[in-house]
Amino acid sequence: MKNQTVILRTQSIGKYFYEPIRFKVLDDVSFEAYAGEFLTLVGKSGSGKSTLLYCLSTMDTAYEGELFIEGQKVTGKKTDELAAIRGKSIGFVFQFHYLLPEFSCLKNVMIPALKLGKYSHREVEERAYQKLDMLGLKEQALKPASKLSGGQQQRVSIARALINDPKIILCDEPTGNLDSKNAQNVFDIFKQLCAEMGQTIIAVTHDNDFAKNSDRTIELADGKIISQDKEFGSSDISS
Amino acid sequence: MRSNINVEIALTHIFTRKRQTLVAALGVTMGIAMYIFSNSLMKGFGRFSRTEIFKVTPHLRIYKDDEISKPLVQATSPRQVVIIHNPKITTLSRTIINPYALLAEVKKQDYISSAAPQVNVDVFYQNGKSQLKGVANGVNIAEADAMFNIQKTMVAGSLNPLSNSLSSVVVGSRIANKLNLGLNDNLTIVSSAGVVKIMKIVGIFSTKNKTTDESKVYLHIAAAQQLVKEGPTYITDIYANIKNPDEALAYSQQLQPITTYKVEDWKTSYADILAGDLIRQIMSTSVSMAILLVAAFGIYNILNMTITQKLDDIAILKATGFAGRDIIRIFVLEALIMGIIGTTLGLIIGAICIQVLSGVYVGGPADYFPIYFDPSVFITSTVFGLLITIGAGYLPAYRAARVDPVAIFRK
Repeated sequence: MKNQTVILRTQSIGKYFYEPIRFKVLDDVSFEAYAGEFLTLVGKSGSGKSTLLYCLSTMDTAYEGELFIEGQKVTGKKTDELAAIRGKSIGFVFQFHYLLPEFSCLKNVMIPALKLGKYSHREVEERAYQKLDMLGLKEQALKPASKLSGGQQQRVSIARALINDPKIILCDEPTGNLDSKNAQNVFDIFKQLCAEMGQTIIAVTHDNDFAKNSDRTIELADGKIISQDKEFGSSDISS
Repeated sequence: MRSNINVEIALTHIFTRKRQTLVAALGVTMGIAMYIFSNSLMKGFGRFSRTEIFKVTPHLRIYKDDEISKPLVQATSPRQVVIIHNPKITTLSRTIINPYALLAEVKKQDYISSAAPQVNVDVFYQNGKSQLKGVANGVNIAEADAMFNIQKTMVAGSLNPLSNSLSSVVVGSRIANKLNLGLNDNLTIVSSAGVVKIMKIVGIFSTKNKTTDESKVYLHIAAAQQLVKEGPTYITDIYANIKNPDEALAYSQQLQPITTYKVEDWKTSYADILAGDLIRQIMSTSVSMAILLVAAFGIYNILNMTITQKLDDIAILKATGFAGRDIIRIFVLEALIMGIIGTTLGLIIGAICIQVLSGVYVGGPADYFPIYFDPSVFITSTVFGLLITIGAGYLPAYRAARVDPVAIFRK
């Protein structure tokens, strides 16, 4: 079932924190993520999983080693080039929704696509409606983002992450701020995206159930990968 | 197409904070209106004082300057001993020798728009026992009128008889008042050469300048020559106007080599008035600049506040593909919108101020408030207003562009 195309690869990523003292937060992290894979990053607080995610996001550039996205080396690129790569290839879902409060849900979803400029305004609007419809939010499209419930807001932010059909979706505790019902809902959406759209999801999570049900779990401890497998109880061990 | 979204975000920010936008814009409005008002007033004053000056003074004047006697032996070095002498003014006659050749030469210069000979004579005006001191101006009245626009200052009679009558005179209004003379009355003029002429008053002018009005009369150039017992080649001054009075100094220097007589430009003669104008100009410009600077701080502040409140928004924009320069564009555009609103209002208020004040009667020589609509003031204030707002917007925008999204998402 799994397509073995490598979509994201890290080569010995290392990173230091200098405050309050020099401290190695990531140490020689190398892994590959495949197209259509639902990957979770777990580990104790301070294990470096979020730090790793932000290195993968291309927003944090102060690391050692190399990062490849869709076979292209992104380490060492200029910040404006990185912004363009993010716009085209990476979608983000955070613990909080980060919707722009002055805009409608529809507009919030449309903004990254309008920035990318690949489609006309009309097409972008159509696509945004599709995404919202897929997430069951078509009725809320024209409401201001601030008028929605937490679960709805998080789904709008997922629609925003999907608008440019990125190959990779990076999530930082996507269900951390949701009740179990909404969390399950978000999980199902992710599962569906991997299966149907072939998108790769890399999610940092504290939620064991969430991690357990993903395709693969990478566990970090003290900045090192200690396991790449399904040690969280899944019987389906992928290699 | 691609930059549209930046514009849209900037406009949305502006629309959702109308009040703050308006407050920031009003600061600019104040500065611009003040700038326009004070500069238009300065220009108006400048124009008014020039009109006053050019009523009696040509742009360039050629005359025989007083000569000081020189020692018989010139000192060639400061250490050399020279024959002691007592320097004196040695001017024997005020006439320019061969004046019409010089006049023709002056008229040949392409930067001279008009030139005219003149005979100025120190005289006394008498009516019975009353006596006034003054200067009689012997002129070709048509040329003098073209240069000084005398016709405009006439309050009674006409200039025309002066063109062919040697016994007609046009007098200043205060001379007429003080000597209790009216049109067609006779005025006795006694010159320093002892000539007494009885002349008929054919016109009265009033420049509203007290000194001029109580000392000056115009008469035919030949009549003035008679007053000093001289012939038709006696000319004391050659007056010349140039196209642009502001370049008078340069042209006076250009004209000087043509003649051995003194060429003086009006700016040298009125250096004191012009210096006053300059100082007023500097003061008013610095005050309006200070106001604009305060307005710029207002915009700077509001944008800084907006950015501090919108760090999350900036972070997500950067995450979803907006480059640093997009963020700068968004916030500079917001500043620019505030600047455009403020500047436009300022231009309107400034124009209204000018319109209203130019209709206010203040009396005196000026009649109306000397303010006038000068497009160049509006252009410079627009440029200043927009440059300052862009500057004020750029600093916070640059800060916004450098926001580290990771630090925001991880907090």
